[in-house]
Amino acid sequence: MVDVLVIGGGNAALCAALMAREAGASVLMLEAAPREWRGGNSPHVRNLRCMHEAPQDVLVEAYPEEEFWQDLLKVTGGKTDERLARLVIRASSTCRDWMRKHGVRFQPSLSGALHTARTNAFFMGGGKALVNAYYRSAQTLGVQVRYETPVDHIELRAGRFVAAHAGPLRFEARACVLAAGGFESNREWLREAWGRNARGEWPADNFLIRGSRFNRGTLLKHLIDSGADAIGDPTQAHMVAIDARAPHYDGGICTRIDCVSLGVVVNRDAQRFYDEGEDFWPKRYAIWGRLVAQQPGQIAWSIIDAKAVGRFMPPVFPGTQADSLPELARQLGLDEASFMHTLDAYNAACRPGTFDHTVLDDCATAGLAPAKTHWALPLDTPPFYGYALKPGVTFTYLGLKTDEHAAVHFNGVPSDNLFVAGEMMAGNVLGQGYTAGVGMSIGTAFGRIAGTSAARAAMKETAHG
Amino acid sequence: MAESRVIPIVPLSAARAEVERVLTICNACRYCEGFCAVFPAMTRRLSFPAADVDYLANLCHNCGACLHACQYAPPHEFAVNVPQAMARVRGDTYADHAWPPALGALYKRNGLVLSTALAAGLALFLVLAVIKQGSLWQPAVGGNFYAVFPHGLMVGLFAPVFLFVVFALAMAVRSFWRGVSPGAASAPAVEEAARDALRLSYLDGGHGEGCNERDDGYTLARRRFHHFTFYGFALCFAATCVATLYHYLFGWQAPYGLTSLPKLLGIVGGVSLVVGTVGLGWLNLTRHPSQGDAAQRPMDRGFILLLFLTAASGLVLMLVRTTPALPLALCVHLGSVMALFLTLPYGKFAHGVFRGAALLKWAIEKRRPHSVVMGE
Repeated sequence: MVDVLVIGGGNAALCAALMAREAGASVLMLEAAPREWRGGNSPHVRNLRCMHEAPQDVLVEAYPEEEFWQDLLKVTGGKTDERLARLVIRASSTCRDWMRKHGVRFQPSLSGALHTARTNAFFMGGGKALVNAYYRSAQTLGVQVRYETPVDHIELRAGRFVAAHAGPLRFEARACVLAAGGFESNREWLREAWGRNARGEWPADNFLIRGSRFNRGTLLKHLIDSGADAIGDPTQAHMVAIDARAPHYDGGICTRIDCVSLGVVVNRDAQRFYDEGEDFWPKRYAIWGRLVAQQPGQIAWSIIDAKAVGRFMPPVFPGTQADSLPELARQLGLDEASFMHTLDAYNAACRPGTFDHTVLDDCATAGLAPAKTHWALPLDTPPFYGYALKPGVTFTYLGLKTDEHAAVHFNGVPSDNLFVAGEMMAGNVLGQGYTAGVGMSIGTAFGRIAGTSAARAAMKETAHG
Repeated sequence: MAESRVIPIVPLSAARAEVERVLTICNACRYCEGFCAVFPAMTRRLSFPAADVDYLANLCHNCGACLHACQYAPPHEFAVNVPQAMARVRGDTYADHAWPPALGALYKRNGLVLSTALAAGLALFLVLAVIKQGSLWQPAVGGNFYAVFPHGLMVGLFAPVFLFVVFALAMAVRSFWRGVSPGAASAPAVEEAARDALRLSYLDGGHGEGCNERDDGYTLARRRFHHFTFYGFALCFAATCVATLYHYLFGWQAPYGLTSLPKLLGIVGGVSLVVGTVGLGWLNLTRHPSQGDAAQRPMDRGFILLLFLTAASGLVLMLVRTTPALPLALCVHLGSVMALFLTLPYGKFAHGVFRGAALLKWAIEKRRPHSVVMGE
């Protein structure tokens, strides 16, 4: 019998497996995906949010604990467990040497992400390079990995892990780490969670999934049904507005539409519905998915003119292009009169200011609802471009309640030998909202804790048994 | 805004269209920025016309890191394979910029060209030897090559070929350079390009651990074997140059003693070239199948083989120089050298010239202000 069974194959699972193995436990990892799709959502990640008191390798200036905590408090609106959040924040300052030891390489943040050089450490080559490095290290250390082994249920005895089942296969272990991701690619569950809106639509039917098609939440549902304590709201997720033409799964970073703050966004009725210039795009990035999800047909269009070209990250698909705004409305299939009413009102409301897309400038609208509070320039320079937007779900927040040892709880009682990490418990820290790189901070911190806890539990059992 | 261009819009070939497609995805992702110069150069552009594609394709060192790290690599439906797409375009740029243009087609039939050149080169020397001596196997001539082939004959054969090679490559790189003109080269830019070329900076993976060969693990093997090959070649070339100086400047005739400068340079260079080409050949055979362009393998392997034959036959020649095998060994060596020279402008050797030019373009370009400025 193996000491520690790790269910999942992404960042948190790998951190758990490596830590358990380093603690002396024998480790078996069960990854649902085939090798070429391994790693869950982790191949799509880019960086890690790190607390630091002074400049450190790739990080500039300082990002102290309190500032990190305040940032988290702000985006979550208080839906966070301060004790666990601070644990994650502190762990983020010391984990990089361990990551380097396992082959992860960092780089200074480069073009298009300069604002994050202070708060985030970037992986050289991105998340897939990180996942590859961890798998190589796991192999070197003797961690066994089985691909294409989706666990569908686990055997529990009085809150203790006994064995995991993947179809006809049964895997016993002394301890277990659950790190099998959220349920964003379980379309039925998303549909059920989001329900039917007042317009009679099922909003989730129009969602695109930015990450792994293997995150079906099978184990999460099974654990909740088996009495594990859950935390979070099933409709809360990292949701961004992405190009409506993005693939159904694994569109990742490149499908984001980065020009929102430089133009206006209209819905199917050609109406604006939110302040596009509220703050820098990365800071408002994770709110637009929900905003679009609340619009009729779960679709919207980002409209810019030629002045914006070259001032935002290049989109992966070309925009719809037209030489006049009425023509653009026709090409986008929007009601021309309503569209022109919206655009004329916006253009007329733009007050002269000094445009600078690199700072919160003084170009704002006056007497317009909703206002555009920065970068409000009239859209008057052809060619005009329109990009259709749909909600893109990155990961879900509903998870299992846990503590500082990463234990799964049943009726408030922590399990002796069942632990949880990554997306399956991120909701403890991240009840809503998002700030770049914090998913990796949680996954790395709790993956490492869960691996250590599981190894300790397995050793204890060996000693007793 | 992208700069306005005076370069005419050329319809993209299939290979270039694929690079354009792939780079459009890369430019929206940018996770690979730390690996090499291709990606920072890409971020200075919003579109990828043919000349820019050629430039970026030749800036690519085919290290493979971006393929293994790519979240959009096959089996993803975006099927992004930067090293392969770039390799195909490089093949096209060699052919398209070849001088004289008609000979560009030789790149497509490289294996045949190489073997023909080798056979012709060898046959030429054998025939000359037979004519001169009446026999290929004969009593030792005391290591005196000129007893087999008079010095004047060798110069008469090699000098025109060498001059043609230099001219043809210069014309090719001139044509390539005109595609994207980044501006005048400052001394620091030249210095940086030279350093990057001589150190193979972009085969270090961005983190010093090297690039990818058979899997996602990093290795410095390619960089090291390439260094052995390049510097081995350079030493052998230096040996020839020194010997030429000895001959014409000082009137010192070959053969030279074992501890003479031409001999020392030649021996060290030859051994280094053998080590390098064996290593590169092995890497070529064992590389991950999706890296690079399979259609160019005959060219890669032919060039590696010719370099190896040139070096190995030179070392053999040195070992048998006092035996009756000298004329035969000399024929094989000179035949290999002749075949190598004949194919230099239309074979894999061209990659060094084009890459050097691309590195210089990048060294110039990176010193210019960014024309694309993203907001925060």
